[in-house]
Amino acid sequence: MITTTNLSKKYNGNQVLNIAHLEIPKGQSFGLVGNNGAGKTTYFSLLLDLIQPTTGHITSNDIQVDLSEDWKPFTSSFIDESFLIGYLTAEEYFYFIGELRGQNKADVDALVNQFEDFFHGEILKQKKYLRDLSKGNQKKAGIVAALIGNPEVIILDEPFANLDPTTQIRLKKIIKDLGEQKGVTVLVSSHDLSHVTDVCERIVVLEKGEVVKDIVTSGETLKELESYFAGTLEV
Amino acid sequence: MGFFALYFIIIFLALGVGMFPMLKKIFPESDPFVMFNSFIFYWILGDLVIRFFFQKLPVMNVKPLLTLPLKRKKVVNFVLGKSALSFFNFLPLFAIVPFGVTLIFKDYNVSVVLVWMLTIVIITLINNYLNFIIESLSAKTELSFLPIILLSGGLFVLNHFEIINISELLAVGIQSIASNPLYLVVPVLILVGLYIFNFKILRDKLFLDSSLKTKTQEVHASNLEWTKKFGDIAPFMQLDLKLLWRNKRPKSSVWMLILGLLYGLVFYPNPEYQDKEFFFAFVGIFITGIFLINFGQFIPAWDSGYYKLLMSQNIKYKQYLKSKYTLMTFSVIILFVLSIPYVYFGWKILLAHFAAAIYNIGVNTHVILIGGSFNRKKINLNERAAFNFQGTGAVQWIIGLPLLILPMAIFGIANWLFSFEIGITVLIFLGVLGIVLHEKLMKFITKKYLASKYKMIAAFDQDN
Repeated sequence: MITTTNLSKKYNGNQVLNIAHLEIPKGQSFGLVGNNGAGKTTYFSLLLDLIQPTTGHITSNDIQVDLSEDWKPFTSSFIDESFLIGYLTAEEYFYFIGELRGQNKADVDALVNQFEDFFHGEILKQKKYLRDLSKGNQKKAGIVAALIGNPEVIILDEPFANLDPTTQIRLKKIIKDLGEQKGVTVLVSSHDLSHVTDVCERIVVLEKGEVVKDIVTSGETLKELESYFAGTLEV
Repeated sequence: MGFFALYFIIIFLALGVGMFPMLKKIFPESDPFVMFNSFIFYWILGDLVIRFFFQKLPVMNVKPLLTLPLKRKKVVNFVLGKSALSFFNFLPLFAIVPFGVTLIFKDYNVSVVLVWMLTIVIITLINNYLNFIIESLSAKTELSFLPIILLSGGLFVLNHFEIINISELLAVGIQSIASNPLYLVVPVLILVGLYIFNFKILRDKLFLDSSLKTKTQEVHASNLEWTKKFGDIAPFMQLDLKLLWRNKRPKSSVWMLILGLLYGLVFYPNPEYQDKEFFFAFVGIFITGIFLINFGQFIPAWDSGYYKLLMSQNIKYKQYLKSKYTLMTFSVIILFVLSIPYVYFGWKILLAHFAAAIYNIGVNTHVILIGGSFNRKKINLNERAAFNFQGTGAVQWIIGLPLLILPMAIFGIANWLFSFEIGITVLIFLGVLGIVLHEKLMKFITKKYLASKYKMIAAFDQDN
């Protein structure tokens, strides 16, 4: 589904990302972990064609993302707060995203209503603009908006950060369901190792822009990751 | 808004330079210095009212300071001290200094003039701190602007009907301070008193849950179904309309319409301008295009806060730009219709406005959209609007001048070489040409935006 070839990104000569080859098959839930500055967000931004690669390219469904825009209809994402429109209410925001993705109000309502317990009564019918919601609630709205319009690829950068424990658990279930039931390719990055191992079938560790580990998740994975990151700390 | 700040600076400069000869001409019998002082009362009143609506204490900036090991006293002093550097306090200087220099050249006593200038600066600062007191006291009431209106209105009435001749008293006071610097103690004491009062108010309020709390706005949801008529650009139209209505800064560009519409009254009633036809074109471009200029100069920076979202979503740049174009075009048409009453000052004016409107729709909309593709400055939608230069860069100036000057020049030359009618025809022709070529131009503009996509994303991601 997503193929990365000879991809690198340099800022003023500093290499921040360098991936020779990475293949993510359709329907895989894919986790990206790494310390700050490892290149997680850079990789996602390249995937969304928000920044230009220095070398190489990414193809999504055989479409090279920096040449054609045809990947947009089946891709959705929530990277950070700049994906929210602060002066809309949550509903208006969902409808707006829905319109962009060819969904009418009824479609959007049907989808959004599935997430009532995820919202915990703090998002819908609040008569509040998104900019006035707490960080956690903003994140909830952004994540659900990324699910509108039956995307085949969903990219979530640090979705667990800022969420309360209950919501974290509910989000894990949502992500798992997406991969299992609908065959959606989900790409998630996180600093929380246990969440990622819970959710993802495969975990890639980035360090200073390079892939240093590529693990198929098993019972041992969390331990392996923990000892790896403990090790990098000591160095 | 950059335009308006410069506009005010120029007005004040002109006022300062021209004040002396003007007063001499209107009141040949009296001393211009004394005359000027008798007007200071009105200036103080006007200044206070304007400050009340546009100047806010920069209190939100102190949030990060609260957790630092700084004495609360220091933080409060910092906020109050910083407010003294506001644009509002510098603006009068542009008028006071040239006027003072003129006085010195006219052989007024140098020390008197210097003390006088100092007095005015102190009065400006008094206004500065008085305003914050009025604001904090009236903030609790429902109609928060009522106290200031009552206060300034009351003083004005008292003065106007000479119940208490405040302007006279004030003039005498300033006059005697100027001639005897010892009296400077009085305004300085007033200033210190106001500062201390402000200090007390602020010290008690500087907590996260009181004045530092961000206000949450009630949602005004409106059904914008009518935009559906515009087809595939409807979602963007709705977004733009909400953008305009729900954010402080773009909202002010809507209020500017009213000011802009009245702009003609500055020139048209004056018989001196009756035969200066090239001016009609300028005023026409300005009146029918004020929204276009104000709103257009910050495309696409208005959307800078969520530009990444737009760029990763399934949207067509063309629709996005078309929505902005449609909005601007409608504003021109509406403003032209609203400006029809100017026909009172002559049919030529109406004709010039019509030609200017066509030119705005056909040419200026496209020019400003092209200019937008060079826009690299982020805008924070929710910051106060007046005299906010955020997002203003060289682009706005370079684009702004041809928007206003070029049509005036084209019309002026055609008018001078041939006739008024030819001038009008040329403007209309250019406008129609732009409208005919609209699709082509939009294609070109869209390409420009696509080409600078990465640069814009990177620039909007940064806080400038």
